[in-house]
Amino acid sequence: MAFITCQNASFAYDGITVASGLNFSVCRGDYLCIVGENGSGKSTLIKGLLRLKPVQSGVIFTGDGLKANEIGYLPQQTDAQKDFPASAYEVVLSGRMSIRGLRPFYSKSDKNACEENLRRLGIENLKNSCYRELSGGQQQRVLLARALCATRKMLLMDEPTAGLDPAATQDLYKEIEKLNKDGGITIIMVSHDIPSSIKYASHILHMKGRQLFFGAASSYISSGIGSELMGGALNA
Amino acid sequence: MLEILSEMFSYAFLVRAVVVGLLVSLCAALLGVSLVLKRYSMIGDGLSHVGFGTLALATAMNAAPLAVSIPVVILAAIALLRISESSKIKGDAAIALISTSSLAIGVVVISLTTGMNTDVCNYMFGSILAMTKEDVTLSITLAAAVLTLFILFYNNIFAVTFDETFAQAVGMKTGLYNMLISFLTAIAIVLGMRMMGALLISSLIIFPALTAMRVFKKFKTVTICSAVVSVACFFVGVVCSYLYATPTGASVVIMNMLAFLLFWLARLLTLKARGNGAKAKRVSNF
Repeated sequence: MAFITCQNASFAYDGITVASGLNFSVCRGDYLCIVGENGSGKSTLIKGLLRLKPVQSGVIFTGDGLKANEIGYLPQQTDAQKDFPASAYEVVLSGRMSIRGLRPFYSKSDKNACEENLRRLGIENLKNSCYRELSGGQQQRVLLARALCATRKMLLMDEPTAGLDPAATQDLYKEIEKLNKDGGITIIMVSHDIPSSIKYASHILHMKGRQLFFGAASSYISSGIGSELMGGALNA
Repeated sequence: MLEILSEMFSYAFLVRAVVVGLLVSLCAALLGVSLVLKRYSMIGDGLSHVGFGTLALATAMNAAPLAVSIPVVILAAIALLRISESSKIKGDAAIALISTSSLAIGVVVISLTTGMNTDVCNYMFGSILAMTKEDVTLSITLAAAVLTLFILFYNNIFAVTFDETFAQAVGMKTGLYNMLISFLTAIAIVLGMRMMGALLISSLIIFPALTAMRVFKKFKTVTICSAVVSVACFFVGVVCSYLYATPTGASVVIMNMLAFLLFWLARLLTLKARGNGAKAKRVSNF
């Protein structure tokens, strides 16, 4: 049984369908990259997977012991966060919110989990640093640590490398690969970077208002659409 | 100094004003941190104008000012929040529309009933004489509610303020917290408005948070500093207004402005000191 199964799902804004015909599943340990142009419905799908947006038709269901609130989310950064006064520790600890439930304060185990995830991503030394003074790559690590505080099973990332320089991008890809391979964490990532998606992902979902391709990353390259885009990306 | 204070507090109206003012400053500063960081600063300003309109209406209808203002301003707060959340109408434009409309309605109502007199001036710029016993009770209740909710939900308020999408994704009812914050803001504004003035009350929300953010870098320290700065500025402002017979609201805002400049200067100096230190270190490495 898969973690997430999408059966003929579609999404709409104000009655206008923006994504349809979505049929795919994500199993434990998978690394799925969702690719496609701007406005192809990727962000809408992410909202659907997080249960922030209801499906117009079809179904999305979770299984294999994954609860809907056990998906760690790494959203795109907002402008407001760029000058937000918060320490890295405060940000990471806020990831334990769903586990804390109705208790008003964080417990020892919440704080331990927070420390553990800071260590895991190699940012313990930045614990007391101000979030807005960190580099782009460091900020993404802080947000990754926060997402890991919310889950041990699945991470959902919305263009995690947006705005990072090439070196920081590669670092972040390696970090995510490590979480997937060594940590056994299932990854779903929205990306514009098709070459890296093929390099790191196990599965690719290509969208353009509807599902154009879903399958293993290796068969994506040989598929018509994949090779066309790879050619375009390489020539660009 | 002590003589001046004991002289001040021999007037019952001043005691009432200081109690209400200190509590409102405290609440406004706590709520302000979240509002400023969520880019909702203008909501405070919009609400105070709505409050002006409702005060004018209440006076015209011979109704109790708080009984009319509080529900209307709360409704306006919820409406403004909804507008800011929907992407279709630009939030800042909507706030400007609502605030100027209420201001215009208020002015017309006043001129049709009592005529443009000192009342209008008092509404606009505040009057220290405006606080009644009822206000004191209400402000103590408000302060108790804001403090309790703020402490109990501190971590959730942080999460909603820092990243609403993430909070939503892990199953938090973010709409509820936004509603709670604007509800409490509305009450704080109506309470403080008649003393601080409709045109000046939003400074209590915006200034302390921005002042604290000049120097502090953690959410917790920013929140605490903002509360302390706000309370201190109000107190010093009231004492100055007593000593020099200046309008209370404006004196408090000037104190807030001075505190902001002071903190800003402090940051510049520390940055410069750190910059020089780093330079010295680099030079010594050669």
